[in-house]
Amino acid sequence: MRKVNTISLSLCAIFLFYVPGVLWGQLSPKPAGLQSEPILLSGGTIHTGTGEVITKGLLGFKEGRITYLGNMEAKGSDFDEYRIIDITGQHIYPGLILPNSLIGIEEISAVPHSNDKLEQGDINPSIKTVFAFDTGSSHIPTLRFNGILMVESIRSGGTISGTSTVMELDGWNWMEAVHKNEAAIHLRWPSAFSSSYDTATKTSRIKKSTSYDSKTRELEDLFVAARTYNIGYKQPTNLKLASLQGLFDGSKTLVVHASEPKEIIESILFAQTHKVDRIALVTSYSAFMVRDFIRENNIPVILPPTYAYPRRADMAYDAHYKLPFLLTKEGITVALSHTGMLSTSRNLPFYAGMAAAFGLEKEEALKLVTLNPAKILGIDARVGSLMVGKDATLFVSRGDALDVQTNSLSLAFIRGKNIILDGPHQENFKRYSEKFGHGE
Amino acid sequence: MNPLKKIKFTICFFAIFPLYTVCAQETFPKNDVADERVNAVALTHATITIDPFTILEDATLLLHDGRVESVSKNSDVPKGYREMDLAGHYIYPSFIEMFSNYGQPKVTKPPRGNPYVKREQVQSKTKGAYNPNEAIKSFYNSADYFFIDDKEAAKMRGQGFGTASIFRPDGIARGTAALVTLGKGTENNMVISPVVASHYSFDKGSSTQDYPISPMGSIALLRQTFYDSQWYALQTKRPFTDLSLNALIANRELPQIFEADGWLTALRADRMGKEIGLDFIIKGGGDEYQRIQEIKQMNAPLIVPLNFPLPFDVSDPFITQKIALDDLKHWELAPTNPAQLEQNGITFAITSHPADNLGGFLANLRKSVTYGLSKEQALSSLTSVPAKLLGIDDIVGTLKKGQLANFLVADGDIFHENTILLENWVKGERHIVNKPPATAILGAYHLEVGNITAELEIKIKNSKQVASVLLPNGNEHKVSVKLNGDMIFLEFETDNENKYTLAGWTDPSAADFTIKGEGTIDFKDSVFWKAVREKESDSKGSAVKKRPSGKLTATLGETIFPFMAYGTTDKIRPQSVLITNATVWTNEEEGILENTDVLIQDGKIVRIGKNIEAGNARIIEGAGKHLTPGIIDEHSHIAISAVNEIAANSSMVRMGDVINSEDISIYRALAGGVVAAHILHGSSDPIGGQSALIKLKWGEDPETLKIEGAAPFIKFALGENPKRSKSAPSIRFPRSLMGLEQFYTNAFSEALDYKKGWDGYNQLDKRKRKSTPMPRTDLVKQAMLEIVEGRRYISCHSYQEKEMLMLMDVAKRFGFTINTFTHALEGYRIADKLVEHGIGGSTFSDKWNFKWETRNAIPYNATIMNNEGVVTAINSDSRETIRHLNHEAAKSIKYGNMAPEEALKLITLNPAKLLRLDETMGSIKVGKSADVVLWSAPPMSIYAKPEKTIIEGAIYFDLERDKILREENVRERARIIQLMQGDKTRKTAERKISPIKPEFHCESLGMEQ
Repeated sequence: MRKVNTISLSLCAIFLFYVPGVLWGQLSPKPAGLQSEPILLSGGTIHTGTGEVITKGLLGFKEGRITYLGNMEAKGSDFDEYRIIDITGQHIYPGLILPNSLIGIEEISAVPHSNDKLEQGDINPSIKTVFAFDTGSSHIPTLRFNGILMVESIRSGGTISGTSTVMELDGWNWMEAVHKNEAAIHLRWPSAFSSSYDTATKTSRIKKSTSYDSKTRELEDLFVAARTYNIGYKQPTNLKLASLQGLFDGSKTLVVHASEPKEIIESILFAQTHKVDRIALVTSYSAFMVRDFIRENNIPVILPPTYAYPRRADMAYDAHYKLPFLLTKEGITVALSHTGMLSTSRNLPFYAGMAAAFGLEKEEALKLVTLNPAKILGIDARVGSLMVGKDATLFVSRGDALDVQTNSLSLAFIRGKNIILDGPHQENFKRYSEKFGHGE
Repeated sequence: MNPLKKIKFTICFFAIFPLYTVCAQETFPKNDVADERVNAVALTHATITIDPFTILEDATLLLHDGRVESVSKNSDVPKGYREMDLAGHYIYPSFIEMFSNYGQPKVTKPPRGNPYVKREQVQSKTKGAYNPNEAIKSFYNSADYFFIDDKEAAKMRGQGFGTASIFRPDGIARGTAALVTLGKGTENNMVISPVVASHYSFDKGSSTQDYPISPMGSIALLRQTFYDSQWYALQTKRPFTDLSLNALIANRELPQIFEADGWLTALRADRMGKEIGLDFIIKGGGDEYQRIQEIKQMNAPLIVPLNFPLPFDVSDPFITQKIALDDLKHWELAPTNPAQLEQNGITFAITSHPADNLGGFLANLRKSVTYGLSKEQALSSLTSVPAKLLGIDDIVGTLKKGQLANFLVADGDIFHENTILLENWVKGERHIVNKPPATAILGAYHLEVGNITAELEIKIKNSKQVASVLLPNGNEHKVSVKLNGDMIFLEFETDNENKYTLAGWTDPSAADFTIKGEGTIDFKDSVFWKAVREKESDSKGSAVKKRPSGKLTATLGETIFPFMAYGTTDKIRPQSVLITNATVWTNEEEGILENTDVLIQDGKIVRIGKNIEAGNARIIEGAGKHLTPGIIDEHSHIAISAVNEIAANSSMVRMGDVINSEDISIYRALAGGVVAAHILHGSSDPIGGQSALIKLKWGEDPETLKIEGAAPFIKFALGENPKRSKSAPSIRFPRSLMGLEQFYTNAFSEALDYKKGWDGYNQLDKRKRKSTPMPRTDLVKQAMLEIVEGRRYISCHSYQEKEMLMLMDVAKRFGFTINTFTHALEGYRIADKLVEHGIGGSTFSDKWNFKWETRNAIPYNATIMNNEGVVTAINSDSRETIRHLNHEAAKSIKYGNMAPEEALKLITLNPAKLLRLDETMGSIKVGKSADVVLWSAPPMSIYAKPEKTIIEGAIYFDLERDKILREENVRERARIIQLMQGDKTRKTAERKISPIKPEFHCESLGMEQ
């Protein structure tokens, strides 16, 4: 491991000199320009994101698209125009994708006016996250530094929060960074239960939520109206109903957030009844309780971080560490997301690492943060795995990117653009190391 | 009790004894001619329990004017006595409820919003010369506000109570209780003794004052208040009047009763009581069996409720999973609580508290007997024990001569199933509680109604009369029977659908037992009827048969430690262990040793080397595995019941007072390789409470978790939290960093003045000391003084460089050193100054930008501080993060290229140094405590799992045992849930689930778990 690090450290130094715009003075790093020359990454171990591993690999890309993927032994002479970068001993991964996030619309959670996630009303399918996305968010460089190159963002409120967007984490502004403008509509299924704590008897009581039936009926009405909108004759403009159409033609995913088994089952049945084409479920440990239902209905699941504290004392300490493994084993497509303090969403690769430590095969664990979220968001034709013809959105790490101690990026590309990895954190590190004369 | 008062009372009573009944009070104005009656009664031929150990059969109880005159085998009734033949009946002294809120005004608790975001109420709002804290209501006397509540009294009599010691459940010091009887009439006649006990709790009740908001705050308040009362009592010229302190001083000799809601609170109250010299009688929570040894060691009398939980609704398999094992087990084992207390020789009274529990009291008492409680103990706990504890055993509790005629009449042994409590006599007044079942009319009758005859049979089924008529043609019809006083009502139909509705009465003049009366056929034709009994019912016997409550035949589950999932029946014990051929990360000069053996004996590391002889030690194969020192978390809030107190200077509170050993976070942290943690107060106050240092000895009680002889620490906090930056309405000083500087400077200056005051006093000679008022003991100033004198170490919550520099400046002026800046997110900017001042830094690995003051944090903080020579630790401040601190430390490898060996020190040796535990912890070295972790892979890797976490030679987490415990959990749950499903007891309409325990971190408020 140490050996890898020394080799790659020198490599790192080379690239720091190579990459223009090193002096940014605590500004976000300058967005990269379009890929100007074909690049061939040579000698690395390629983790394709489909479960395949190519050792001594070659990966070429041109004008933002992957043009070649193979083994060094099969190298022909067609790479004359390519600039060859030797990454022997390092690893190539598809850019990691963080779904269901607040990146770009929340800055400092405790400073309300730094966030853009409030909206009036409970049913807001037509509001589009993309317009609020701030490519200058200070979180972005820290995510890229760890290999997260794309996010799906959506605000947290409302029964229907709005339409999410999938963004690349590099670009001068949202127009240049957008990958899929309208990716998914997020439906936060009403709670079927309410519980109250009785201090006298020190017990909780759970009862049926009094508003559950009326809220689900309201959703029922909404979806019925959406399915009959403008059928047969032109109806008055209704932006909400219009925005829901993408759910029926498969252009948008319906991401259902549901926590209790009853809510999961009823919300999925609801979506299916209304002929929603692409459904995904954001849930947690309950998924394990209704795993047969989820598998039979072929519903992909977005889970919270494996670093999650099991809610109940009787749950095993590794309940969340093991959950991706247990669901994957059932044949369920699983993606990982982040919850809680936004700044630590940069640990997404390690959530997958934990899944690997607790049962999942490592290449399967990689899918949790690459191909699987891409499939859920309907962007897998272009990203999520390394294949000829797909976007060259990938990174090179000096070691195993899913392990904290070896996740160390030397290069990253978004659509072939060679992005700057260092940000203000790295600059501060250098500044104060210099001040104290460290490493001299 | 005031002895004078008692004598006066007795004299007064005997003065009126021969003349008047107790019902009348001669001081009251009359509005009629005199109507005083002598109340002299002889209850004969009864089985009389004089006290739990003295039972007379076929005995006579004589009572005269509300007092017991005698109980004897002599059945001669003296002249002038009304005789009541109670053959077949049982008489018991009535029960004493010694923990009652009967006849007291309701307490309304104010709505408590978020104390973080509000206009603070620093001062008391109680008007008058009372204590500065609203929760100290020691001036309250229940007798002053007592009123008779006929409805409630009837309910209590219905469960066998005749006397109650009543108090108002409001406040931390609640004032005094009064002893009253539960009869009708005037309050004057009911109050037996106006002052019998003093009451306390940790619940501030109706107080709207902010302080205290936590149990550790309540403890600190009570401690300070008792020191104040001692100091105040000694003042020859009192500098001020405090009526609350006056009352505390006056009531010091009364029985002191503390309300706890469970064994955890009981242990806390007892410890506090011993500290301030009060022997509490502790009202428990009914869960004492869970830690019976610790409860026994308190050596304090208890008052325990019979609040056995109802079964949960287990019909929904998903929701059933929300019920925790501890709640399932408590449902099964709670009825054994009284029996276990008895078996352990613990003195205890039984209470029906809380009042909504009252209806099922007798049933639960019998259940306790079924579950092993002896009848004698059951009776004692309701009569002689409470009488003795309250010092009223000369008035009530037995049926000896001169005692109040407070007794019960039952139609059988009161502990037998089906026995009906018939009467409850209060001060010689008879109160009917239940009517005897009407068995007199049961039997087979010959019935004549108008022109038809039939055979009528009246039986008892499920304690109700049922009847049928058999017509001559052999057809049988159901008859509805109703009794109302002396009247009996029958309804039935005959073959041709004629409807008979009959009313009747027993004919006293008939030779054979006869019921006769009138009625209608088809609601119009009147008819005469008559039924003559031919045979008494065969079923009569069985209908009223009293069965002794059965003994439990099923085997109950075992108590586990801690009492929750993953607890074990036997506490985990140290053993001799030899770990062989492991890669040993020593954290010493030797560095990482390959293929090395480590021998552990008597909780210590005794040898490190190759080919060590195992002797009798258990061998753990370590080949391919890694052994490291156990992880120590410098900043944690697990295993406590509350985290924040609210006074700007909360240095008087101690986290050690609220350690909670029953927290699954302990087990889960062990599963992440953690052996010890610094349990800090939260960050809501510039000066927080005193910390506790614990080892994660899963299963041990709170006291055993604490590290013996650990250095004393205290929490300070800078920044947005103590300044209340997010609270617009806040009025609490300080609101700014400038204010904080003055706040600290003032606190330390006052501490030095305090010392001067005491020094001056201590230097006086004996004579002068007598004439000089003693300085007051001030817990806040004591703590401040400990800091200034370098006897207590600060771990200060801080983010920004400027605030850290400010506190360093203050400390320098007062000549002491800050021990640790915890979080210290901008520590990297002043690393050189931290080194210069000898201050450590304990930080998050990569949390940042979650509030304004954290925007400059970088994940290289630990690396830069460490590189500069700051003793650097990485902490969790989270029950989740504590489970993978090795990953957090590994981030220093990723961010800043720290060597893995150094990274490990960030969570082991360095926090040990910061916490002054490095003498015995933090490295693998001969002589140090055997606090080690065996990992499946290199410990800084995400793929490494702790396989064994060892503390002082005991394996508190074992990956293999974890598997077994999971299976046991599943089995035990299934067993109990199956029992629950079979339980026919009323189930709550709403489903009950186990509450989720809240997480505590710096900013949590002081709510109790």
